Order: sequence, then C-alpha cells, then structure tokens
Amino acid sequence: MSSSISLTVNGKSVTAAVEPPTLLVHFIREHLDLTGTHVGCDTSQCGACVVHVDGKSVKSCTMLAIQADGTEITTIEGVANGALHPMQAAFKEHHGLQCGFCTPGMVMAALDLVRRHPSPDEATVREGLDGNLCRCTGYHNIVAAVLAGAQAMRG
Amino acid sequence: MPEGSGIGASVTRKEDQRFLTGRGKYTDDIDVAGQTHAVFVRSPHAHAKILGVDTTAALAMPGVVGILTGKELAADKLGGLICGWMIHSKDGSEMKAPAHPALALDEVRYVGDHVAIVIAETKAQARDAAEAVYVDYGILPSVVNVAAAAKPGAPAVHASIPDNTSYRWEIGDEAATKAAFAKAAHVIELDLINNRLIPNAMEPRAALGLYEPGTESFTLYTTSQNPHVARLVLSAFIGIAPEHKLRVVAPDVGGGFGSKIFIYAEETVCLWASKKVNRPVKWVADRSESFLADAHGRDHVTHVALATDENGIFLGLRVKTLAAMGAYLSTFASSVPTYLYGTLLAGQYATPAIYCEVDAIFTNTAPVDAYRGAGRPEATYVLERIVEVAARELKIDPAELRRRNFIRTFPYQTPVALEYDIGDYQASLDQALELADYKGFPARKAEAAKRGMLRGIGLSTYIEACGLAPSKLVGSLGAGVGLFESAQVRFNPTGNVQVFTGCHSHGQGHETTYAQIINSRLGVPIENVEVIHGDTAQVQFGLGTYGSRSGSVGGSAIYKAADKIIAKGKKIAAYRFGAKHEDVQFENGVFSVPNTNKQMTISEVAFAAYVPHDYPLDELEPGLDENAFYDPLNFTYPAGAHVCEVEIDPETGVAKVVNWVAVDDFGTLINPLIVHGQIHGGVAQGIGQAMIENCVYDEDSGQLLTGSFMDYGMPRADDMPDFKVGFTSTPCTHNPLG
Ligand code: FES
Ligand code: FES
Repeated sequence: MSSSISLTVNGKSVTAAVEPPTLLVHFIREHLDLTGTHVGCDTSQCGACVVHVDGKSVKSCTMLAIQADGTEITTIEGVANGALHPMQAAFKEHHGLQCGFCTPGMVMAALDLVRRHPSPDEATVREGLDGNLCRCTGYHNIVAAVLAGAQAMRG
Repeated sequence: MPEGSGIGASVTRKEDQRFLTGRGKYTDDIDVAGQTHAVFVRSPHAHAKILGVDTTAALAMPGVVGILTGKELAADKLGGLICGWMIHSKDGSEMKAPAHPALALDEVRYVGDHVAIVIAETKAQARDAAEAVYVDYGILPSVVNVAAAAKPGAPAVHASIPDNTSYRWEIGDEAATKAAFAKAAHVIELDLINNRLIPNAMEPRAALGLYEPGTESFTLYTTSQNPHVARLVLSAFIGIAPEHKLRVVAPDVGGGFGSKIFIYAEETVCLWASKKVNRPVKWVADRSESFLADAHGRDHVTHVALATDENGIFLGLRVKTLAAMGAYLSTFASSVPTYLYGTLLAGQYATPAIYCEVDAIFTNTAPVDAYRGAGRPEATYVLERIVEVAARELKIDPAELRRRNFIRTFPYQTPVALEYDIGDYQASLDQALELADYKGFPARKAEAAKRGMLRGIGLSTYIEACGLAPSKLVGSLGAGVGLFESAQVRFNPTGNVQVFTGCHSHGQGHETTYAQIINSRLGVPIENVEVIHGDTAQVQFGLGTYGSRSGSVGGSAIYKAADKIIAKGKKIAAYRFGAKHEDVQFENGVFSVPNTNKQMTISEVAFAAYVPHDYPLDELEPGLDENAFYDPLNFTYPAGAHVCEVEIDPETGVAKVVNWVAVDDFGTLINPLIVHGQIHGGVAQGIGQAMIENCVYDEDSGQLLTGSFMDYGMPRADDMPDFKVGFTSTPCTHNPLG
C-alpha cells in the first residue's frame, strides 16, 4: 500500500507514490533518477548518501521517503547551476577526490559544515567529516579543499 | 611547475566535473529495460555439507522470476572460477587448486560462500525470497586462522587436501644463506603477523548481466579493474559465451585497490542467469556482503632472521611465511605471496644471501588476493621491522644502519630474481629525515614527556616492483597471460583525439594524465583529447589497472602509439609538401621542412589524412589512427623513505600520528597533483593497518566478527594527520616516460 508524498527536490516540486519502507536514498536514486547520491553501506556509517533536507545534511539512508513529505531537499545535482559551486571548485582545485564515489556525500557534508562553521579550522573540518568515509584520498586534500571552499564562500 | 598541460604539469582533473556534480556513471547507476534484481543466498556456516536446497516456498513468493543453484550451473557444464597463476612447490609439484564452482555444489567453505541466486522484480522481493530458500546444512569442522590451519590435524578445508597446503614455494639460495648465518656476528630474529584487511572500496561491487537472444550475445556491466581479462576468463575458462559475443563494460568504478581485479562468482552468475531467465539480471552488493565476499588482503604469519657482521652490515636474510589463501584460490591469489612478495625481500639493501619459503594455506574464510600493493607491502613490512629491531639490538641509529646497507651500484641483481635498473636511496632518506626534523626528535620527545606523553619516531624505506611487467618474465614465473598494454591513438578529421587504453581508471585520473602525454608528444590541447577505457567493445584489448602499471605500461603504450602517429603524419605532410618524409620534422604539434616555409599543424595533417582523393595508395593509406602494444623490458622500481612520529597518552592508550613524511622517487611525474593524492591514499592505508584496521573471524564458529563499518576500523578524517610529501627523481632507464 503506497502513500503519496509531495516535496521539493533541487527546486522542483515532486509528488510521488512510495511504498512505506522505501528509504529516501532509494527514492532519490530510483524514482527521481538522481544517481549522484550514492549508497556505500547498510549501517549508516559511510556518508556517501548525504543530502540536505531543509538545509541540513542528512544521511538519506537513515530516513524513509515518507518522512521527507513536505520537505525541501537538495542533492549534489542541485548544488550548482551550470558552473561549479565554490566548494565543488575547491575539491577540484585541491584534488579532493579520486574515484569520486564518496565525493557527492563529502561535498554535501562539507557545505553543511561550513553553514555551521563559516571559518572552520583544520580540526573542526576533520571532526566534521567524521561521518563520511573515503578510501582513496587519505583525507589530506579533502580537508584542504573544505578549508579553501569555506574561504571562497566567505568571499 | 612546467608551463602548459603536458607531462609534469599539475593540471586539475578532467574527470572531476562529472564526479563533483553527481554525473558519474557507476554500475549501480545503470538500469536497462526489463531488468530484474538478484540477491545471493550465502552460507551462514564456515564449513558445511549442503544436504539439500529447497526453493519451493521461495519460488512461490511475489515477484520471483527464478532461483538458480549450483545444480543448474553444473548441468550447463560451465567451468569454475580460476586462479590464473600457476605456482610450483619446491619439490616441483604443481600447486593444488581445488575446484571453485561459482555456486557451491555440495559443500560451502566460508561464511558468505555462494549457494543460490534469487532473481525477482525488485530487490526487496528478491531479499524476501532469499530468506525463504531452505538449505539443509551438515556442519563440518572449520579453521580460520592461518597458523592453526597449517598445523597437523587441523580440519581440512578441502577433503582432497588434508594438510590445507596449496604449495610450498621457495626463492633464493638456501645454502648460501645458511653459510652467511654461520659466519654472522649477530643474528636478529622476529615473529610477525601481517593482519588480514578488508579492501572496502567505497563503491560496493555490482554486476548487470544482459543476454540478447536476437544476436545470442551477452553484455556485462561490472565494477571491474580489468574488463578485458574478465571477458577472457568468462569466455575461455568459464565458457559463458565466445569472446566476440561477450561485451564487458566497466564504467566509472568507485575504487578498486585490487579487490575489483578478480573474476567473482556474482558477476559470473548474473551473466549466466540473464540467459536462463531471459531477462537482464542486476546485483549490487550490500556493504555487509562486501565484507564477507570481496577478496581480502594480507594475512601472513612470518618468522624472519637477519644475519649481520659486527658493524651491522647485512650478510643474510631468512624468511618463512605462512600465507592464508582463504577457502579457494582467487584469480591472482597465488602470485601475491610468491613473486610479488619473495622477490621484494632485498628491499633497498645489498644483502648478499636471501632465502625465503612460503607455504600457501587454505582457511575457511573469504579468499585472500591482491590488495593495495599486493605482496610488496608485506615484504617491506617484514624487512623494515627486522631492520628496526636490528638497529635497536645493535645500538646503531636506524637511519645509519639503513645507510650502511643501501645498494649503491646499478644495475643491481638481487638474490631474489629482480634486477633493479636504477635508484638513489640515500637521496630520499636524507630528504625525509630533513623534512621530519629527525635531529630535533629527542627535544620533541623530552617536551612530550613533560606533558606526560610518550613519543616515538619510526622510519621505513621501501622499494616496489611496478609496472607489471615484462611478459616473458611473468610467463616464465607461471603467469597465464603476458602483461603488455595496448593503446590506440585516433585522430578525428577535425583534429581532436581519442585515446583508447586497455588500462582502467578507478580514481587514478587517467583521463587527465593520458591526455597530458598526448599533449606533450603531439601538441594537442588536453581539452581536445578524450580518453576511452573500460569497454571491450571500444578498446581492442587490455590487461587493466593494478600493480601500478597504468603509467609505466599503459602510458608507454600511448607514447608508442603517438610515435607512430608522428611517423605517419610525416608521410602525409611530406606528400603535401612534395618533400621526402625523412626531411620532415615534427615539433610542438607542427610538421615542417627545415629552411623552407613548408609547415602544417597536426590538425591540418589529420584533416588531410581523412579527405584525400589523390594519395598514392600503394605508399600512403588514408587515416590517422595508430595502435601500439607496449611490453615493458623490466619492472620499474620506485622507492622511498617514510618517517612517522606518534604520540601516545599512557593514561588513555590513545595513539596519535602527529607527523608523517613521505619522500618518494617515482622518476618522472606526469601530474604531481595526482601523484600527491595517490601517496596520501597509500599512507592512509598504511596508518589504517598499523593503527585500527583488522579483519577478525571468530576462531570457533568461523563467523566474521568485523562484518560492517561498525566493527571494522575504517580510517576517518580525524584518524589522519596532514602528510608532508617530498620527491627525489632518478628516472627509470628503460621506460620511455622515465
Ligand atoms: S549509505 Fe548512507 S551512510 Fe552509507
Ligand atoms: S574518492 Fe574514492 S572513496 Fe573518496
């Protein structure tokens, strides 16, 4: 028995019928075809699935799609229009990604981190990214990218 | 930094745009019409007989399309999974490679072993039905610990191999080593465990098998580091389809680290099953399945002894290793603790006599295969630990002891088969000690002590044998395939370039570095170069990416193809100029005849190559599209020195890496920005293993205790320090890229 939900995703309103057990991440990937949000684990530990729900970062594998009824969601596809967002550009500039699989979640987590700490120091960034795993980069360049991205966002 | 975007420039990556905007295309992002979803029924026991499989209830569940077991697979007479590298024991006998059916037939041998595939309209339905498959198991005794499995009387993983030993291998000169120990002033000994690791690429493995009845052909989308080898094995050994009827595509792949080189049961079964149920079959691993069923890494138990003279000069090294293979030999498993390990035991040192024995042992665990460095980190660990202990016992500064023993003349033939072409180990060690302020350490230690903290410093030097490898050599060592690489450089009429490579990028940045090679050689801007990889329908052939081969072997193949482009371009230009092709020169993207005003850019030549109507066809073919296969003359031998400083709080036991210096000698760097990133990742892996990562099986039940990110110590951002990275450069003598 499916329920109908209405929400805004990347600025567009969406109404859909979902089965109650559907996780938000699966709704985003499979119903909306926004495949930038990734699934990296089944224990909510990796952060590959981070999106923003009403402006705050959420692991979309920890939330049911029906809980997102009425919310405003931003996925990696909605972060910038055309050109890269300064945070995305900082990841590119500082080589903060390799295989790119963790990257959307990292960028979304980084954006929320900077919302909460507009001028973070290195320790804050490392702690703030604790919920996001990356197997490729060793985090050094990700941390550098987030610091630079934060600076660019301050203007 | 050099100008422009050629070799040596830290250009940012072309591939980043799609990854940063969520437009990457990983296997799980691909959906096809009519697709079904698969879930595997896996063994909950470490070792058991399969007494029966009852699928009746499961088959009746909603959405179920089909359930297939080892019986159906056997009935179709498909081959089992293979190990592609034959090792001989020291007595001359062949390694024991027990049958490895993609779906277990009558016995399961590790927790996670594959029993059946359940195919349904949705993944949730497949999961529900998988739970309803009833398997009757007769539990057998099991063993998960490699040392225990090697003991007489241990439970046999395969009844046909009562001593659990696949092979007993040796390398080096036993008698000479014995003699060296006999005349030694000191003998230093050590027992070591190199603990088992779980690869955990962030993208879980996935496969989408697709059978097209109209053409009787198959397509497999899969998370693979080497799609051509996957096609070869699936075709020639497993027998799913002839090679021309099988296309393997490895699209964007989210990290591999070795674990995606291998041909696994899941992709094999999905492909085969797509014909059985006549629908596309997609499987995406849950992370918990990745823990259970991706090939693991390391898992060695080693005894090592070093003989020195009174000055600490190394005379001999003796190593005895038990290497876990897991329950079956995975695709390259046998090569890892042998030719990728024993041959690296000389390290950077001129030890005249080395002898190493390796027993490969079956255990009731997931298979163990190549992982992040594959054998070479294992060798470095053994060697550097014994050198460190020797420095302490002999009361010689560890840096000084290393310095005294470095190889200084090249080429250098090691006692364990390899010949190093070039190196300067002193230079990287000096720079590393400088960057780490090694001299200042005692003061920092004293300062830490005042704060009640313990502080220690350690160093490690290493050598790698990279660029797998000269085909002749690996062939003589038992490899089933040569290890050349292919490249095709295709100009389009409008002057842009497509490069087709047999290497596969899963984070290494090939789309950028290969374009840089083209830029340097042919003068084409990197924006006008597209690198195409990972699709057997597009790329002629390839052996994939692993063993640090993409730069030295794959890049060299591109270099060689570019040379052929230049040669052909000279002919075309000569024809247009009315000159002799020997008189045409090529530089910075321009063909010209010196001392004349005759010149054509390479894009003009490309256009001329595709629109001719007047070529002397017996001398000049249209087109500008060249193939090359590059087979390396030797391995390349990158080396370096790393220094690590750690502070431990004795109250809490918390250990923190406070400083890490890496100085590496990779010869010529194509893209320093990318090379930095690769080093960071490797260092994080090393810190991870040393500090928190460990795969643990319960010794009684054989259950995997570290079966998720909740229990397995995956390094996170605040487990890592900032890394200091430096370079020295002694370019390789036999590789066109240095
Ligand atoms: S998929 Fe959501 S945290 Fe891993
Ligand atoms: S870039 Fe590969 S996991 Fe982070």
